[in-house]
Amino acid sequence: MAGLMAGFGHYTHAIVRGIPASLAKEALRTNQAEVDLDKARTEHDAYVQVLRTRLGLEVVELPADESLPDCVFVEDAAVVCGDTALITRPGAESRRRETEAMKEALTDLNMNIVEIADENATLDGGDVLFTGREFFVGLSKRTNQRGAEILADAFKDYAVSTVPVLEGLHLKSFCSMGGPGLIVIGSSDPAQKALKIMQQMSDHRYDKLTVPDDLAANCIYMNLPDKGHVLLHCTTDEFPESVKVFEKLKDHMLIPVSNLEKVKLDGALTCCSVLINKKKPDN
Amino acid sequence: MTTEASSETEVKENAEESAAQPDQSEKATQETQEVLNTEEEDKEKGKVKEKEGKDGKGISRYLPTWLKKQKSLSQTSPTKETPPTEEPTSKVTEEEEVSAPEVNGHAEEAEEKEEVKSEPVKEKEVESNSNGSADTEPAKEEKLEESVQTTPEEKKETTKEADVAEEEKKGQEQETQAEADVQEGDGQTSIFQSPFRLVRKPKMKVVVCHVTLLDGTDFSCEVEKRANGQYLFFKVCEHLNLLEKDYFGLTYKDTHDEKCWLDPMKEIKRQIRSNNWQFSFNVKFYPPDPSLLTEDITRYLLCLQLRDDVAFGRLPCSFVTHALLGSYTLQAEFGDQEPDQPRPLDFISQQTFAPNQSKEMEEKILELHKSHKGMTPAQADIQFLENAKKLSMYGVDLHRAKDSEGVDIMLGVCANGLLVYKDRLRINRFAWPKILKISYKRNNFYIKIRPGETEQFESTVGFKLQNHRSAKRLWKVCVENHSFFRLNAPEPPTKARFLTLGSKFRYSGRTQAQTRMASSLIDRPAPNFERTSSKRISRSLDGAPVISITEAGRDTTENGHDPNLELQSDSKSQMRVHGDNIYVRHSNLMLEDHDKTQEEVLKHQASISQLKRSFMEAPPPSPPQPSQWEKRLTSSPASTIRIQQQQVVSVPQMETASADNAISDTKEPAKTTEVEIEETVVIQEVSKATKAGNVTVTSNSPVGPPAEQESSEQKVRSDEEVVVVEEENQTRQESVSSESESEEEAEYHPNVTTSISNTQIPEEKEEEDKLEEEVEKVEPEVLAAPAPSLPAEISQPAEETPQEEEEPRKETEEGMKDEVEEKQDDPETEESTDDPMLTPDETPKSFVPPEVEEEEQEEPKVNGEASAVDAEPRPHGICCSELPVVKTEMVTISDTFAAQKTEIATKEVPIVHTETKTITYEAAQLDGNGEGEPGVLMTAQTITSESLCTTTTTHITKTLKGGLSETRIEKRIVITGDCDIDHDQALAQAIKEAKEQHPDMSVTRVVVHKETELAEEED
Repeated sequence: MAGLMAGFGHYTHAIVRGIPASLAKEALRTNQAEVDLDKARTEHDAYVQVLRTRLGLEVVELPADESLPDCVFVEDAAVVCGDTALITRPGAESRRRETEAMKEALTDLNMNIVEIADENATLDGGDVLFTGREFFVGLSKRTNQRGAEILADAFKDYAVSTVPVLEGLHLKSFCSMGGPGLIVIGSSDPAQKALKIMQQMSDHRYDKLTVPDDLAANCIYMNLPDKGHVLLHCTTDEFPESVKVFEKLKDHMLIPVSNLEKVKLDGALTCCSVLINKKKPDN
Repeated sequence: MTTEASSETEVKENAEESAAQPDQSEKATQETQEVLNTEEEDKEKGKVKEKEGKDGKGISRYLPTWLKKQKSLSQTSPTKETPPTEEPTSKVTEEEEVSAPEVNGHAEEAEEKEEVKSEPVKEKEVESNSNGSADTEPAKEEKLEESVQTTPEEKKETTKEADVAEEEKKGQEQETQAEADVQEGDGQTSIFQSPFRLVRKPKMKVVVCHVTLLDGTDFSCEVEKRANGQYLFFKVCEHLNLLEKDYFGLTYKDTHDEKCWLDPMKEIKRQIRSNNWQFSFNVKFYPPDPSLLTEDITRYLLCLQLRDDVAFGRLPCSFVTHALLGSYTLQAEFGDQEPDQPRPLDFISQQTFAPNQSKEMEEKILELHKSHKGMTPAQADIQFLENAKKLSMYGVDLHRAKDSEGVDIMLGVCANGLLVYKDRLRINRFAWPKILKISYKRNNFYIKIRPGETEQFESTVGFKLQNHRSAKRLWKVCVENHSFFRLNAPEPPTKARFLTLGSKFRYSGRTQAQTRMASSLIDRPAPNFERTSSKRISRSLDGAPVISITEAGRDTTENGHDPNLELQSDSKSQMRVHGDNIYVRHSNLMLEDHDKTQEEVLKHQASISQLKRSFMEAPPPSPPQPSQWEKRLTSSPASTIRIQQQQVVSVPQMETASADNAISDTKEPAKTTEVEIEETVVIQEVSKATKAGNVTVTSNSPVGPPAEQESSEQKVRSDEEVVVVEEENQTRQESVSSESESEEEAEYHPNVTTSISNTQIPEEKEEEDKLEEEVEKVEPEVLAAPAPSLPAEISQPAEETPQEEEEPRKETEEGMKDEVEEKQDDPETEESTDDPMLTPDETPKSFVPPEVEEEEQEEPKVNGEASAVDAEPRPHGICCSELPVVKTEMVTISDTFAAQKTEIATKEVPIVHTETKTITYEAAQLDGNGEGEPGVLMTAQTITSESLCTTTTTHITKTLKGGLSETRIEKRIVITGDCDIDHDQALAQAIKEAKEQHPDMSVTRVVVHKETELAEEED
């Protein structure tokens, strides 16, 4: 029977969103960088292609909105766990409206929708790391304590611990899950510190996979019916050393996905999709 | 009520007891009786003293007037009927209660038990009368009294009321015995039919207790007014037919309407403090993995508790989980849903599944219920528990508190440690292995944290609770949870002997390890029990065969138990404990190490006398394990094993130094099967984790290599994971990996982890090589818990020490001598043996390493001056000024994040927060031979140990003066305690123990620094 916390990494659906032309100029970024819109779109198409064709997920593609330059980074708009979807309240004012389309899409998928009514709360999905057993919420420029509290309220089954994000945009800017109980973490000091905190705060033990580059630590793990462990990670072009580390994961199906352009806008691999498990988990 | 002085001792007991009697609601007659008793006692006391005087070599020389004073104080107190008196009196009883188990635990033969038991009581008296007397005295004294005491129970009967408290205790013991009997197959129907009860009943006042059971029904039973908590608890368990009872407890509402756990070791009457004999039966320790429970009935009760927790929001969970749990409840209670006759919704709505139960949820519950078709109630319970245990708040006991900045937080105590929540968010977590010490002072609650890899100093985190009561309650819960989940056996009583201070509270039941061990031996047929619904709806629910088993069945099961187990565990439960800080023993692993070495030690040390002594003296704890060991180590004679057992016990108490852990952990690889047992015990979580993703783990193994590039710590982990993977999920393996958790900590940061101050360690190490023997010598002398591990690390021989240390502590002089003899080849020791006269007095300061400068000598000579202590009416806390050695940085928690906190801890320069109010009593130096004349320092050594509520620093210097070597031992004992502390008693004890341990030495100086604060209330 459907047990609590069963099937970490099982996904059936993915929500993605198109790239608006405004992305190149108006999208928020921490470093000034020229973004090649076409390249970004090509990249994104390839990304969606992997989800849809290679992995067989049902991909819901939301249309781009020119007034929302950052809208391709759908992850920040919602946190989905089990049957519950928490519609976030993004920390960046300009991104608040991104949640509207997301909410619709999730409603269509019959998720239990939880919304953040509190005007003082901010929460970006990029700050939420779900390990399969618990949540870690990065307290960053985009996410505050109140936002984390609301998340804790929405997912009562799980422990929700806060982790200060001292550097980088989001918590997941330097870490992500690489498998059940496996945290992929960057090797920078702030990243390592954050990991220590997570380890300290948790009743569970996690293995860690440290990659030389913080940005490479953001990867997408799935556990799919006929494919087993799947890991979407950076390409050799971007982070050759980190890829070497990933390649040591012998049991994972490793799929390098290029992210050269979006990364300029602090967009990592996880940022561009919301993954959902619609089927009842297997017994 | 005629108190015939049938024998000296008897009368004395009477008096003692009467003194100990609480004043509440006693009849006037009784009081007068008490007065009488006290008078008599005075006389008797006099006699005894005389006797002592004759027998001994002028004990009175050492016998300070204040002691006498104190005595009389406590005697008269009961008649005064004032609240304060209750404090000391209760202490007396507590002590007695506690003392019994010590003996008990020694796996004495049943017959012997009686006398032995009475012994401690007497001993105590002797102690208090003749504190500071030469050590031989008590022994003789005891023998005398013992013989008297061995007289049959009739005597006790005559002593009546006044004796009650004591009988109570005995009763317990007899219960224990009775239990054992039952197990031996006496065919007794009840554990509780102990002879004493039958005898006593007629004279006892009986009260009706109402216990609300988990299914909401009420259970009433009569208990004697003076019964202790355990008695009632056992009654309830008996009623429930529950064998795995250690997870449960009774609660009552205190006068402030707060829920408190009924202390099994204390009289009920004294705890409830009202005439409201109303209790509820609850789960006290939520087993992290309920599937490991042996019996369905236990799981059923746990389910009942959890259903309630969930329904009333104490265990928060999501909509889906509510529905899922509810559906399992339905299945367990009502069986399959009939497809043709679906249960009407309104039927469901009568049941409470969630705090805000909606129609939608009820529908969902029904829907899910359908899918459980065919599941037996037991299976449904298991499913229920499998899901409930994963909830993040499962088994977390929340306490309201404030951080240092006054921000509201919640402290959650659970199997793994202490969690800090702000609102719903977890903002910090302190795993048990991270916690060195737990204490409370007034309404403050402190935990001392082991320094991290990068940190140099321990830090202390403080929280404010609402009041003293809640601080104490939290502290107790911590002590209990830690003991239950992390220890193999409850803290041994040995050191307690010395520290008569502080809250005496300690977890007294079986630990999870023990209870698992015990329940693995249960082999009764599954008992028939009614589910709540089956009461309402008479309908057989499951296909599971219901065998109706009656008492007979029960008996057989009890037979299944190893009688030793029961005996010991019970005795253990009576262990006395003192102090209100607990020294946190985390790594059980170290136990084995010591154990092993001790085993070896035993080989060349097993003189008969020692064996005997160890039997007599060994603390009771760690019962089940030994028996298990016995099975495994078939070759070794039982007696040896027992000794080991006590040694094992002794080790933990000395633990203190985290260094120990490190060390012992390193040795771990060498572990034997025993180790495994313990580990299985220790960490449950891990097995779960591994279980969760077998596949995953496998995938992790490749992770190994990359991980290796990182901190070595990580390396270890992943490696171990790999091991686990390879070997599949077998429990043993899991346990192996689990142990790695602690191993990890210890192995990789040993330097940092030392709780012994950094300065000391190097010092000791330097000396180690040259002074192995000395270490040996020293160790046994150390009163409380000398850092044993250090020696352990040093060399094999040094390892002897822990074992020895334990023995002398409890032993009479004889024992001590034996020991000394054994060591005689060791020159240093010889000296001290040979020239007892030398020992004393002040070694010139210059010999004292700088950090010890402030050390007081607690090594004692009792003298009149100490009576000043008496004058201090409020024994709230003794706290000798902070150890100069261990600097503690006080970091208070703020609502900020863990990261910031850790940083603070790392960066800040240690600040010693010491209370400045210090009253010093300094005894004149009577025995100052060799005074001041500086000699040649041969060796100097400082050992710091930390335990419970005390920190003991033993500084030993050996000097050569004009051809004579002089050994000087300074002990500095810092006792942190709450208002329960009885200074005088403590001091007396300390002195006595010092004497006992170093019969050949004389006490030159006693300094008591006292730090007293006004407690908000007396608890």
